[in-house]
Amino acid sequence: MSFDVHEYFSKLNGGDVLVAFKGSITTDLINNVLEEIEEKMDGVDEQAKIKKKVYNVLVESLQNLYHHIEELPDNLKNDFESKFGILVVSRENKAYRISTGNFISSEKIKFLKDKIDKINSLSMDELKDMYKFILNHQKLSAKGGGGLGLVDIARKTGNKLEYTFQHYQDDYYFFNLDVYITEEN
Amino acid sequence: MEPISIEGTTKTPTVKFDAGSGKIEIKGRSIPENSIEFYKPLVDWLEEYAKRPMDKTTVNVQLEYFNTSSSKCILDVFKKLESIHKAKNEVVINWYYEEDDEDMLEAGEDYESIIRVPFKMIEIVE
Repeated sequence: MSFDVHEYFSKLNGGDVLVAFKGSITTDLINNVLEEIEEKMDGVDEQAKIKKKVYNVLVESLQNLYHHIEELPDNLKNDFESKFGILVVSRENKAYRISTGNFISSEKIKFLKDKIDKINSLSMDELKDMYKFILNHQKLSAKGGGGLGLVDIARKTGNKLEYTFQHYQDDYYFFNLDVYITEEN
Repeated sequence: MEPISIEGTTKTPTVKFDAGSGKIEIKGRSIPENSIEFYKPLVDWLEEYAKRPMDKTTVNVQLEYFNTSSSKCILDVFKKLESIHKAKNEVVINWYYEEDDEDMLEAGEDYESIIRVPFKMIEIVE
């Protein structure tokens, strides 16, 4: 049975949710979400630096989606609009969780998985070195991505990146990434 | 040289580059999806400025947020400034960060460790 994206989204979209979205990840959508979260966070009794971290990490998460979303092949396209992705920002106990999800073809999984596992294995000092190395040595892609997003998220949150790859259909999987911003690291 | 003066938006910073006074300023937010478009003219301007710079160039960077796409472009800006400094002109980069914003301070320190130009870390106290 293939992975049920909508059911998964419903599950995420429960509890203390600040923003939830499923659909096309476009520049306009990113702008709207950022505006919405800023307004909501304004009204929340929270340390300024945590608010900033949530905003920063959300920017990277959304732009990672924007740059890396893959289109589904024609035979699987019917159920999802183009550039389909999901995003849920919620509060759990004292942490903020930013969940993103998008389709990925099987041949790209290994690269992404290796990258996340590598990031998760590093200490804060090692992450800093990795960030600086990529910053100084890798060129920006034509789309403007620089391969720094996940490293930056890991550095800013100080937490491990949690992920799953769920089989959808044929060569396509649904990649879900959960990022936690906690009070003190 | 014509100065550059760009009003900030919710996703791009306010920019003021003035060759006559040697003042370079980038302020606000820098979080566009694709930052090359925004920064290319700034880097080009600095390339031109580097041919006949002021004896002293003062750079003020005061960012509230910047994304990783911008971080590389900001490095390109700093590399141009580094070449001006290398050619025996005075250059100082003032890196402003808000009180408690350790991430922004650390970002400034990352640049300081890569770029051979004197940095000053300045905390903005409300």
